[in-house]
Amino acid sequence: MATTSTPPVEHRPTASQITLRVNGAAHRLTVDHRTTVLDALREHLGLIGAKKGCDHGQCGACTVLIDGHRINSCLTLAVAADGAQITTVEGLSDGEQPHPLQRAFLDHDGFQCGYCTPGQLCSAIGVLAEAADGHPSHVTPLPGTGSGAPPPGSPVPLTSSEIRERMSGNLCRCGAYTNIVDAIEEVAP
Amino acid sequence: MSHPEPGAPLGRLEGQLKVTGAARYAAEYTPRGTAYAWPVPATIARGTVTAVHDTDALAMPGALAVLSHHNAPRVTPADDPVLSVLQNAHVPHRGWYVALAIAESLEAARGMAAALHIDYAADEHDVVLTEGHARLYEPELANGGHPARREHGDFDAAYASAAVRVDATYTMAAQHNHPMEPHASTAEWDGDRLTVYDSNQGSTKVRDALATLFELRPEQVTVVSEHVGGGFGSKGTPRPQVVLAAMAARQLRRPVKLALPRNQLAAVVGHRAPTVQRLRIGADRKGGISALGHEIITHTSTVREFVEQAATPSRTMYTAPNSRTTHQVAALDVPTPSWMRAPGEASGMYALESAMDELAVALGMDPVELRVRNDPAIEPDTGKPFSSRHLVECLREGARRFGWEERDPRPRSRREGSLLIGTGVASATYPVLVSPSMAEACTVPGGGYRVRVNATDIGTGARTVLAQVAADALGVPVDHVLIDIGRSDLPAAPLAGGSSGTASWGWAVHHACRRLRALVMEAGGAETPTTTLRAFADTSGEADAESPYARHAFGAHFAEVAVDADTGETRVRRLLGVYAAGRILNSRTGHSQFIGGMVMGLGMALLEGSTMDPSFGDFAERDLASYHVPTCADTPAMEAHWIDEDDRHLNPMGSKGIGEIGIVGTAAAIGNAVHHATGVRLRELPMTPDKVLAHLN
Ligand code: FES
Ligand code: FES
Repeated sequence: MATTSTPPVEHRPTASQITLRVNGAAHRLTVDHRTTVLDALREHLGLIGAKKGCDHGQCGACTVLIDGHRINSCLTLAVAADGAQITTVEGLSDGEQPHPLQRAFLDHDGFQCGYCTPGQLCSAIGVLAEAADGHPSHVTPLPGTGSGAPPPGSPVPLTSSEIRERMSGNLCRCGAYTNIVDAIEEVAP
Repeated sequence: MSHPEPGAPLGRLEGQLKVTGAARYAAEYTPRGTAYAWPVPATIARGTVTAVHDTDALAMPGALAVLSHHNAPRVTPADDPVLSVLQNAHVPHRGWYVALAIAESLEAARGMAAALHIDYAADEHDVVLTEGHARLYEPELANGGHPARREHGDFDAAYASAAVRVDATYTMAAQHNHPMEPHASTAEWDGDRLTVYDSNQGSTKVRDALATLFELRPEQVTVVSEHVGGGFGSKGTPRPQVVLAAMAARQLRRPVKLALPRNQLAAVVGHRAPTVQRLRIGADRKGGISALGHEIITHTSTVREFVEQAATPSRTMYTAPNSRTTHQVAALDVPTPSWMRAPGEASGMYALESAMDELAVALGMDPVELRVRNDPAIEPDTGKPFSSRHLVECLREGARRFGWEERDPRPRSRREGSLLIGTGVASATYPVLVSPSMAEACTVPGGGYRVRVNATDIGTGARTVLAQVAADALGVPVDHVLIDIGRSDLPAAPLAGGSSGTASWGWAVHHACRRLRALVMEAGGAETPTTTLRAFADTSGEADAESPYARHAFGAHFAEVAVDADTGETRVRRLLGVYAAGRILNSRTGHSQFIGGMVMGLGMALLEGSTMDPSFGDFAERDLASYHVPTCADTPAMEAHWIDEDDRHLNPMGSKGIGEIGIVGTAAAIGNAVHHATGVRLRELPMTPDKVLAHLN
């Protein structure tokens, strides 16, 4: 169990003890109330996989999974994630076995500089789960329009336009998008 | 021993590290005792800092220090004055750093920065570039050492007497590089030895700048840049963060980490300067160009003169016996512009290739044929023969693949409901640049080879392609080669910029490996010799030798757009590029480079523009919520192809640079497609819905 501390608090408490459960391991740590999940991971726990591209919820580089849902970890305070299950890119592979999405990103050259990649991967895992759970997106055909739309609640087929739409919160300045879409399409059911 | 296949689509050597989160970038080193810094930008556009009130900031829990011009270590000016931070009270532009807060934690440093009170004496400022601005002057040179003015024949007379004339002015807002990894440094001193982990495009240059600034010998400085999250020119020169981190670490006697906040980048890492470009083309009725005028107006800062060399492609592209290409610049109270992917060509080819389309329309001629007709036998400006030029082949091949023949040339001839559909074409070009480099190769005890060169992989695949070059030169499979890059204590090498990295580093790697191979042969030819054999190469005098040839890569871009007649929104449906860029050394990473450039070209066409706020002297779009870069949903079906080019006048690999040509001409192809779709010629980037809609109804 890793521990870490922030400077002494003078007047009212500005730090709290929390437990972050990351990739299956529990970490007890004292964090400044201003600390985001992203900074807790990167600066306190040494988990550098999640990236900081903007710190303002504008780029998706910091995407991790919290209790199975993709979130921008730069917009989530660590104290609010006390006890939650966090999965970062470091936790995607199954031992030596890479996650199929990691394999597909390698096969399709789904990155260049690699800085957006951990966020793209975590986001893509979120996309697969959301589509399987029947969450519609902006481009999902409306049910009942005779367009072959799936009934509400049933899995949404991940066409390339669905993937493009759902992955648009993850910027890639290197412009690897077409390869990213190919990689996700390969893994999508 | 199987010989590696040239151009093989070898996967990135560091790919595994990047998909597992193990690749470590500059801000991801945290030596024991690391403190955190947060920079404080000026909030006036011009003037003087009169007081730095730091009592509140220093009283905050975790506060360590505030640096300003009052107490920051003095540095010896390096070549680039933007690195002389916190040296005096002068504020040359808004966003210039005036202080640095340092604390035990990132949160505390940020809190301190917000609690600093800085007093200024503000002067009048002048930040808006206009045609006819009183401060415009003609510089001697534009970026890249190009003469600001070139004249051939009698442009005025030839233009006046031309049968068909185009006179059009194109404007582009400033653009920001915004690599996904913000500029960052972690600095650590050990006595008088400095180590920095820095995000840059060339750490030999960063090391040399730090040595000058801190009065050290270069070997006292080590700059580590193993993985870099993109740069696009903005990391081609050392940036203030590396100086500030080193200053703070020296002052505090402990390691300091500094990652620049995204919304500060626009002011301190360079930008593509706004341009106003007047194009005048005179031609005969068959499309033969007799007069070509390309005149640029742009801005620079008062800190350093940087002149976007946007007229230079007009010196290379088309036959024009009478030509005038000029640059004028105004030094305003704005952040210092610098390189952004294909500086010069990206801006200049937007204007030239849009004007060529206008000429084709004026002539009633196919725009592909117009370009073919004006393809020169020798480079118009220098009179040199081309080492290779396959622009015509790119245009023809692109037209064939794109289905250009089926195009009805009449504007507004295709409609799908409220969508107006159009297609457009533009040429692309980028010069072959190359610099001297050093490299070392040696045998490894136990088998294999090690190659050392301070190349930087900013996402290009440099590590991978250099291993291929080495394997090729050694005549061994690529997995027998270990490659070390990204540290300034490796053999000195130039930066990843100007699409010159692979050519420059590869040349030295090739020579070192060929020499090593000869040594191995002399020693009996065993791949596992008992002693370590070592070979070194320095391509000074060879790589930088004057070439009797004009050397450029060429390409053609084709675009299909759908413009919504109700909203003015333009969506790109297809983008296709065909390139002639020498030998492509890795088809997988090469393809990604081309596509990546095209995506950025799409952003330039439709999304990316930064407005100078006249009252505050600030870029209005400073973050990724306001400055829009293309997203996944913006990206259409894309294809990149290339023509095999066998050019013996380049370098031992026969390669031309490919990192930038993908952005060149893409915006013009899209703009020409918008004209074809709507009949509207916009002449202003980016072509946002508001601008398009204003012309539609
Ligand atoms: S770093 Fe969190 S969205 Fe950009
Ligand atoms: S790979 Fe560089 S930003 Fe996506």
